[in-house]
Amino acid sequence: MATEELRNKLFSTPETSYLNCTKGWKSWAFTLDHKRIGIMYLIGVSLALFLAGGFALALRLHLLDFDGKLLTDDQYNQAFTLHGAIMVFAFIIPSVPAALGNFVLPMMLGAKDVAFPRMNLFSFYLWIFGTGFLMFAILSGHGLDTGWTFYTPYSIETETGVIYATFGAFILGFSSIFTGLNFLVTINTMRAPGQTWFKLPLFLWSLYATSIIQVLATPVLGITLLMLIAEKTMHIGIFDPKYGGDPVLFQHFFWFYSHPAVYIMILPAMGIISELISVYAQKRIFGYSFIAFSSVAIALLGFLVWGHHMFTSGQSPMVTLIFSAITFTVAIPSAVKVFNWLATLYKGSILLNTPMCYALSFIFLFGIGGLTGLFLGALSTDIHLHDTYFVVAHFHFVMVGGTLTALLGGLFHWWPKMFGRMYNDFLGRISCLLVFIGFNLTFFPQFVMGSRGMPRRYASYDPEFQVFHQWSTYGAMVLGLGILLAYVVLVYAVFYGKRCGANPFKAASLEWQSSSPPDFHNFIHNPVLVDPYDFESQVYDEGLETYIPREFADPDKVKPRKEPVHH
Amino acid sequence: MNWLYPTLIAQDAVDADKQAIMDRLSELNNGTSVPESAIERTTDPSASYWFPEQASEFAADIDFLYYAILWISTIFFIAIVFFMVYFCIRYRRRGGVIDPQPSSSHNTLIEILWSVGPSIILVWMFYAGAEGFFDMRVERPDAEEIQVTASRWNWVFTYPDGDSSAELHLVNNKPVKLIMQSTDVLHSMFIPAFRQKMDIVPGRYTYAYLTPIMEGEFRLACTEYCGTGHSKMRTMCKVHASKEARKSSTEWIEPEHPAWENGERIYKINCSGCHKVDVAATGPQFKGLWGKQEELIDGTKVLVDENYISESIKYPDAKVVAGYGPVSKMNSFKGKLTDADINQVIAYLKYLNDPDSVSNEPEGIPEEAK
Repeated sequence: MATEELRNKLFSTPETSYLNCTKGWKSWAFTLDHKRIGIMYLIGVSLALFLAGGFALALRLHLLDFDGKLLTDDQYNQAFTLHGAIMVFAFIIPSVPAALGNFVLPMMLGAKDVAFPRMNLFSFYLWIFGTGFLMFAILSGHGLDTGWTFYTPYSIETETGVIYATFGAFILGFSSIFTGLNFLVTINTMRAPGQTWFKLPLFLWSLYATSIIQVLATPVLGITLLMLIAEKTMHIGIFDPKYGGDPVLFQHFFWFYSHPAVYIMILPAMGIISELISVYAQKRIFGYSFIAFSSVAIALLGFLVWGHHMFTSGQSPMVTLIFSAITFTVAIPSAVKVFNWLATLYKGSILLNTPMCYALSFIFLFGIGGLTGLFLGALSTDIHLHDTYFVVAHFHFVMVGGTLTALLGGLFHWWPKMFGRMYNDFLGRISCLLVFIGFNLTFFPQFVMGSRGMPRRYASYDPEFQVFHQWSTYGAMVLGLGILLAYVVLVYAVFYGKRCGANPFKAASLEWQSSSPPDFHNFIHNPVLVDPYDFESQVYDEGLETYIPREFADPDKVKPRKEPVHH
Repeated sequence: MNWLYPTLIAQDAVDADKQAIMDRLSELNNGTSVPESAIERTTDPSASYWFPEQASEFAADIDFLYYAILWISTIFFIAIVFFMVYFCIRYRRRGGVIDPQPSSSHNTLIEILWSVGPSIILVWMFYAGAEGFFDMRVERPDAEEIQVTASRWNWVFTYPDGDSSAELHLVNNKPVKLIMQSTDVLHSMFIPAFRQKMDIVPGRYTYAYLTPIMEGEFRLACTEYCGTGHSKMRTMCKVHASKEARKSSTEWIEPEHPAWENGERIYKINCSGCHKVDVAATGPQFKGLWGKQEELIDGTKVLVDENYISESIKYPDAKVVAGYGPVSKMNSFKGKLTDADINQVIAYLKYLNDPDSVSNEPEGIPEEAK
């Protein structure tokens, strides 16, 4: 049994951690440490979030009036394009995997780093270059007005910065591939001794499934965008009907990546929720293997449903029918996850702190996002709803209500681990409430508008819809305020938060066995391999004021294990 | 519904000067007229909270499926939220003491049940959606063929008699087939009251089918992003009681010659060397060609429709009819004939089959009334 001295060494706040072990900007810019790269990614994607969020607010303010005068039509088109392109390519896709995943993944495996640290840093620099190209499209004065989907032949004809932006997205694609490849190899080869696949936290299963998509689907996007550039510059005749090409072919290529990309966005978010629900209910996750396999099922089925973005595009009715059928199958694994989370809450010991509030908010919002997908999967209703605000509301419920909410929940969950300091939980919960209310106010009216026939991407509209647009705009302001407050609470905690111990939440996955913040090498001892959902394995240490693994505790003070529950 | 307004400015403005707003809307919509329902929701009894009027024959079916999914989803959602909230209250952590009660973390029966149960409902949703979809995508007998030409950022509708208009004029209970073409980029034709939508893809013809079942004025919008004026690419669809009412309802843009006459001229200059009207020559004969199932040299069959004719004029090698070629190969007319020219050739082909179908005489109006 460990002495008090050893306990203090392992689990109290260390004087040197990965944050301050080396100093100067170069020690960050050239770091190979996954934790620092994760933090840099986090700063990067957060800036992208605020920039693209700014565009969203501009759009919403413009739409306060049916004949909005804030922006011209061209400016409006550019604003929604940049909002979408930056959010998708520079924020959501890298947000959970590259920022949170980078920090947490190796530590959950008890590893020192990812398998290819240099590739990891390269991926971050590719993100900077790719985002830089996207920014250049804005700053060079060209702008971008194609919509984030770059549909041909408009993207071939427009004189805005399509080439810069698509090249930016191309580079960002490589950044994403490198992260995915790195995670696949890391999870395959660097698990702690004895850590079998079914002892992995579910967050890693979801990251694994995500990585498969990143590695297999992103190259198709890369090729498509290069072909688009070739078509635009050399008129090789694939996508432009003027030269014998087929615009619908572009849509097939584009969605072959971009639909799986939806799962790149949502799967890691679901992984976070699985962690949060079980930790804050202190209950073993219900139906571990169903959740684990549902991630993989979603990833694989995700490759077969791209055509449901094209029900009205003129593809053949038979193809349309098949895509509709496969689309419905994706609903099952998603629903299974939600049911399992609920069953995990049953008879738990539920702590409603900030991360848990975000997790519960996720279940609510993702529930609506998922269920409204049924209206769009069914063919006849989709014909009416396609390209209306109903679709806009649906995917925002999944991507903002889902992914962004989970990201914030994950940040609040792992923040004490990242910085060794606790945030103000009350203000954290207020931020969650603001995000929840603001979000619903923004996007729920859009369902009504959509089914009443309000098309997407409209700079002016019929006054019939004005009331809904106004609700939506006021909601967006509350939502923006909520996200801002969340970031203020988090950043404030980094500098002024109360010090916290190694494992303040009694979580059992391996990353909590390091000190907070972790040592440069992650662990200065070999972490004790425990089941990630066996919360009995952690016991409270009064001297350290935190939870530590049972093996390190003072045997005289530790209550014996409850009768283990067999399942 | 006033209480729903977060600011009353809009409602006041609407009440104060409806006409000014109507004029402004018309200005925003390429000068086409605007129905009152653009400002105040329609009061038609077939409109419901989520939907505008049910003005086409399949609208009611679609609304039914929508409401069915809505109720099923609502029940599931309420159950999910109920259990979530109930568990969070019932099992909340009290006084900081962590004491989860023992309970199973796995139950194969339950897990299979809640996977299979919803699947059955999903199968029904898929079936109902597919059934409704085929109603919207099948050709109606006796349909009036109206050509829709979408270009940035306006609509032109051309009727069988050769007249055209900037608004879509239909006759109540008369099935229509919209033959849609874009001159530039992607567009999409959406009439919410009909629940019908179809993309318009440059380089090919797409079709939409429907039967209006209600007289009135409905909004028609472009729903595929097409650049600067996308949100201004809106017009009206007016459904009239009869053909006569339609004919006298608006100023028509009348062509100098009917389309088939122009088509015949193009035929004589470009095609008549190889294609004869009544007899097969170097190429297939023109009379009787339209709507025929042609057998190709590779044994497959193809329907002679707009897409086939257009493709064969531009890319004659793509689908060669059995018994022709490869020695006497047809030249490509891509670049020589414009899309408008090809449409006129198509009108000529239709005329050869059935002169009445593309007559330029105003339909249904007796000679003396003209």
